Amino acid sequence: MIKTDREPIVRLSGVTKDFGKSEVLKHIDLDVYEGEFLTLLGPSGCGKTTTLRIIAGFETPSRGCVYLEQADVTALAPYKRNVNTVFQSYALFPHMNVFDNVAFGLVEKKVPKPEIKERVEKMLDLVQLKNFGKRKPHQMSGGQRQRVAIARALVNNPKVLLLDEPLGALDLKLRKQMQMELKHLQKQLGITFVYVTHDQEEALTMSDRIAVMNNGVIEQIGTAQEIYERPKTKFVASFIGESNIIEASVTGFDGGLIELTAENGVVHGRGSGFVQDEMIYISIRPENTRYSFEPVENFRLRGIVKEHIYVGSIIKTVVALPNGQRLRLNQHPHSELPAIGSAVTVYWDMDKAVIMHTAEDTLYDLIEDALLNRPDLAVKQGRRAEGGKSF
Amino acid sequence: MKILRQKHFEKTSDTNKGHRGEIFSLVGPLFLWMLLFLALPLVYVIIISFLEKGIYGGVQMIFTLENYTALWNPTYGKVIWRSIVLAFWTSLICLLISYPFAFILSKFSKKYQGFCILLIMLPFWINQLIRLNGWSNILRDSGTINTILLKLGIISEPITMMYTDGATLFGMVYALLPFMVLPLNNSISKLDYSLIEAAHDLGASRISTFFRIILPLTLPGIFAGTIQVFIPSLDAFYIADVMGGGNSTLLGNLIKDQFMAARNWPSGAAFSVILILFTLIVLKCYTKVGNLEDLA
Repeated sequence: MIKTDREPIVRLSGVTKDFGKSEVLKHIDLDVYEGEFLTLLGPSGCGKTTTLRIIAGFETPSRGCVYLEQADVTALAPYKRNVNTVFQSYALFPHMNVFDNVAFGLVEKKVPKPEIKERVEKMLDLVQLKNFGKRKPHQMSGGQRQRVAIARALVNNPKVLLLDEPLGALDLKLRKQMQMELKHLQKQLGITFVYVTHDQEEALTMSDRIAVMNNGVIEQIGTAQEIYERPKTKFVASFIGESNIIEASVTGFDGGLIELTAENGVVHGRGSGFVQDEMIYISIRPENTRYSFEPVENFRLRGIVKEHIYVGSIIKTVVALPNGQRLRLNQHPHSELPAIGSAVTVYWDMDKAVIMHTAEDTLYDLIEDALLNRPDLAVKQGRRAEGGKSF
Repeated sequence: MKILRQKHFEKTSDTNKGHRGEIFSLVGPLFLWMLLFLALPLVYVIIISFLEKGIYGGVQMIFTLENYTALWNPTYGKVIWRSIVLAFWTSLICLLISYPFAFILSKFSKKYQGFCILLIMLPFWINQLIRLNGWSNILRDSGTINTILLKLGIISEPITMMYTDGATLFGMVYALLPFMVLPLNNSISKLDYSLIEAAHDLGASRISTFFRIILPLTLPGIFAGTIQVFIPSLDAFYIADVMGGGNSTLLGNLIKDQFMAARNWPSGAAFSVILILFTLIVLKCYTKVGNLEDLA
């Protein structure tokens, strides 16, 4: 699926983008491989759209380079790049019918007319708009326009297709359907997709790899499973799915286990690269969090059951720790529930919990402040974007 | 059920009646205004264009087609043709100046755009004749430009600029430029920039993007602006009078002269009717391709 032994088809190297005084992208390093579906995921303002626009050529990076198929295209105009974009607003040409919209790129390339006709019709067939060629964009529904936008981009056989929140304007049901269609289309055509979204579920559903972005930095990049199960930062853990995040400090090493002391009790965990007295975050998914009335080995985290929330497929049990922090535990809807107000020990499978450094965030800011005065150190800054938070 | 429907019907027709009264009270004054100041004078002009002229001006109540048949005079034909050519050049020059201007303007912030539009409009709060006479002061043989050039020794004899066809054209462009800028700006600032990006994305160069996307999408503005310049420049007799010094007779001058100098009202009216018909034809062509709202 992902051929990491190959050269990347898109490479961003140390890409930084300033808009006036605000730094929208901070030294982004990103490799996209042929045939993969890569999603840039993050909250609005995280820089994901800017990253996409830099690949398309609509924005020029303030520093850093963009490579397409190993060629430096940093200064190349968008119309000379072999990538195509599906815009958030579709950007269909209102004065042209569907056929002419889709044919636009081929006409520019001076493809012979019969071939244009053949390719456009084949593409319209592929996106299930066979008899819509004569329609104008304003005579079509949102979902149909979306398909035209995709067909218009794909008909050019781009090396990379860039999609900027293409399903954002569609209603939920249509969006789910289009997610599947897009995924199948991508597999069928084998074209590399770089997909921008703020919808974590969409990202998990469709992507081969996800790059989670926040504040102009790629916090983590990996498969959906890696991102979900082994988040590297607190942001990733809380942005993708739900997480219970407990702040604690490393208070001892006990065989293969690390003793972690939180405000409300002591727990143990597995991991390496931690030092005595270091502040850490423990991230544990609600579905992996358990409770017990009996004492549990290695876990001395006690709390009071506060409420049960029925959400259909699961019941969410909320346990409040003495300091007021609320942990969420997902229960099977037919399981026996602990009585509200009862005291329980909270525990989890140590292999399912992720222990993360906290210092990095602050260390980060320190480095950043230093770099503002020492641009010659800028190269080192890149490591944190790519490698996440491992120092 | 039937009764119910009947009642419902009565009710709606009642409200319709109420609406009609309301609508008439709202539109009535406008309707009256249009009738008094537009329709009646127009009918009056059309009627006298079919009457014979009185001996000392005015008209005689005798029906004739002579006013129209007299228009088949090659002299008049020449004047009409000259008017159209001048109006064409005025429109074209205005367009060539205004389009890039409006395009650059659309890139500015809304606030700055408003300010620039204000700067364009500002001179038009001064009477046009005064402004044209100002130009005459600058351009004439003993005017500002010639005086400076003579003093500097760049020329030995004044360059004749005033009272030429060129001066008339200059005056027309100067007077009518805002009527081109405003609809163009309106049209261009509505242009969705993502369409331009989409065209670039699909491999269209800047030139190709201009001809395939920008130009077709701003065509309504171009038509609206052209019409707002073309039509007034057909009958702007005072510009030809001041700048052309009566050397360049246009359709507008002809109509004015028929009414004022020749005291031939029916003939002037016939010219006016022709001008109105011509204007209507141009507008009709426009509605085929553009949107009338852009003219507003």
